[in-house]
Amino acid sequence: MDLPNDLKYTDEHVWVREEGDFISIGVTDHAQDELGDVVFVELPEQGEQLSATDSFGSVESVKTVSELYTPVDGEVVKVNQALEDTPELVNESPYQQGWLIQIKPANPDQLKQLLDSQSYQKQLSEKE
Amino acid sequence: MSDKQLKQTPLFDLYQHNGAKKIIDYGGWALPVHFSSIIDEHHAVRQKAGLFDVSHMGEIRIEGEAAEKLVNLLMTNDITSLEINQARYTAMCYQNGGTVDDLLVYKLAEQTFLLVVNAANIDKDLDWIKAHHMDGVTITNLSEHIAQLAVQGPEAVNILQKLTDVRLADIKPFRFVQNVQLADVTDVLVSRTGYTGEDGFELYVSHDQAQALWQALLQADDRLQPCGLGARDTLRFEAKLALYGQELSPSISPFEAGIGFTVKIDKSSDFIGRAALMKEKQNQPTRKLVGLEIIDKGIPRHGYKVFSSSNQEIGFITSGTHSPSIQKQLGLALVQAEYGKLGTEVQVQIRSRLVDAVIVETPFYKRK
Repeated sequence: MDLPNDLKYTDEHVWVREEGDFISIGVTDHAQDELGDVVFVELPEQGEQLSATDSFGSVESVKTVSELYTPVDGEVVKVNQALEDTPELVNESPYQQGWLIQIKPANPDQLKQLLDSQSYQKQLSEKE
Repeated sequence: MSDKQLKQTPLFDLYQHNGAKKIIDYGGWALPVHFSSIIDEHHAVRQKAGLFDVSHMGEIRIEGEAAEKLVNLLMTNDITSLEINQARYTAMCYQNGGTVDDLLVYKLAEQTFLLVVNAANIDKDLDWIKAHHMDGVTITNLSEHIAQLAVQGPEAVNILQKLTDVRLADIKPFRFVQNVQLADVTDVLVSRTGYTGEDGFELYVSHDQAQALWQALLQADDRLQPCGLGARDTLRFEAKLALYGQELSPSISPFEAGIGFTVKIDKSSDFIGRAALMKEKQNQPTRKLVGLEIIDKGIPRHGYKVFSSSNQEIGFITSGTHSPSIQKQLGLALVQAEYGKLGTEVQVQIRSRLVDAVIVETPFYKRK
C-alpha cells in the first residue's frame, strides 16, 4: 500500500497535499483498491464553497458509491477535469493524476487535525 | 472481516491462491468480488472465458412417484414436457402471484428432479416445498454436498472439451449430460446453461472433488480466467437476467419482472399462483421492468427512485451500473407500465439530484 510521507490523511481515506495557500485532495491508494474499477467521479464546480461536514462529491466503481468529504471548509479553486473522461486515473495514479480538487481553505486551523502517514497506516492496520 | 461466521464453499481455500480480492458477505456466504478486476473479468467472459465458483447455490432433489406432480404444482413453467437430461428455467410463486424464487429444474430421471435455487432462498424454498409435500415424494436438500462451477464465454466449449471425451458441442442449450468424467473428476453433471448471456456450461460436482475440478480447469487453458461475484452481476445485468432480491421478490410477479415466458397459464394441471397470475395477465400488469440509460451524469443503483418528466414518482431501479460492454450508465427499473415505452424520458434520483434518463431496449447486450 502506497502512503507518501509528504501527504496528510483523513480517516475518510482522503489525502491532502499542502501547496502554499491551497490544498489538493484525492482518495488514498487504500480507498481506490477497496473501490475497484472507478467508472465515475462526481465533483463540485470551480468557485463552490465547501463545508467540511457535507459530502462534496462521489467516486463510483462498478459495484459501489463512495461519498467524498473534504477535511476543511473552503472554496474550490480547481477541479481535475481529466477525471470526466478518464475516471480510472483514480485507480492508476491516486496521488498524482488522480487528484480530485484544489481548495483554498477558509480556516487553515482545520488542517492541524489531519493524520500523518504513520497514524493513517496505523488506523488501516487496526481495521484489518 | 468476520469470515468465520460466514459459510464457505469448498473452493474458499483456493481463492487466495488465485488472487481473490475482497471477500464479502453474499447472503451469508464468504465469496470474492473479483480476482483481477470486475471490468477485466467481465471482458474475459465476453471475449474468451471465465470460471466462477457458484457453489453457494442450493440444490434440492425431489423424487418419487408423485415428484412430477409436485414440481408441476409448485412451478409456473410446464414441467411435464421436460425430457430426461433437459433443464428449464421457471418461477415458483405464492398464491398471490408474488415470487418465492426463480430457479432451474433439471429432470434427472422419470421420477427425479433437481431444483437449483438461489443461495439466500434455500431454507425458505425448502419450507415452501415441504409445506406442499405429497405422499410418494422424497425431498432432499443436497446443497451441502453439491458444488457448482460455471465456465462461461465463447471459448468455454473448447476449453472444457480438453478435459473430456464427451462431445460437448452436441449438448444443446438447457440440456445436460450426467456422470461425465472431467480430467480425474468423476460423476459431473455438465449442463449447457449459464447466467452471463454467453455460451457456457454449469458443472455440478460433489463437494470433495470441487477443488480438483477448479484446478484442472485453470490448468487446462490459460485463456480461462477466475471471476468473482462482481463480473457475474454485470454480465447477467447486461443480458437482463433477473436477480432474486432485485428484479424479483415476494412483491414482484414474474410478469412484472419480464419473465412472463416462465408462466404457462394453460398448462395441463393447476399450479400455485395460477389464478392471481391469470388475472394479472388478462388485465395487463400495472408495473413493467424496463431498461433505462442515463443521458446526463451519474450511475443508477438498486433502490434509487424513478420519476416521470413531470416529477411524479413512477418506480425504482432494481439493478444498475456502469455497463462494461456498452460503456454507458444503465439501469433496470420497475415502473408504472404506461411509462415503459421505448424513448420515454424519465428522471432518476441520484442522491439529491434528479438526473435525465431515457427508456431503452433490453437486453442491453445480446450475444452475436
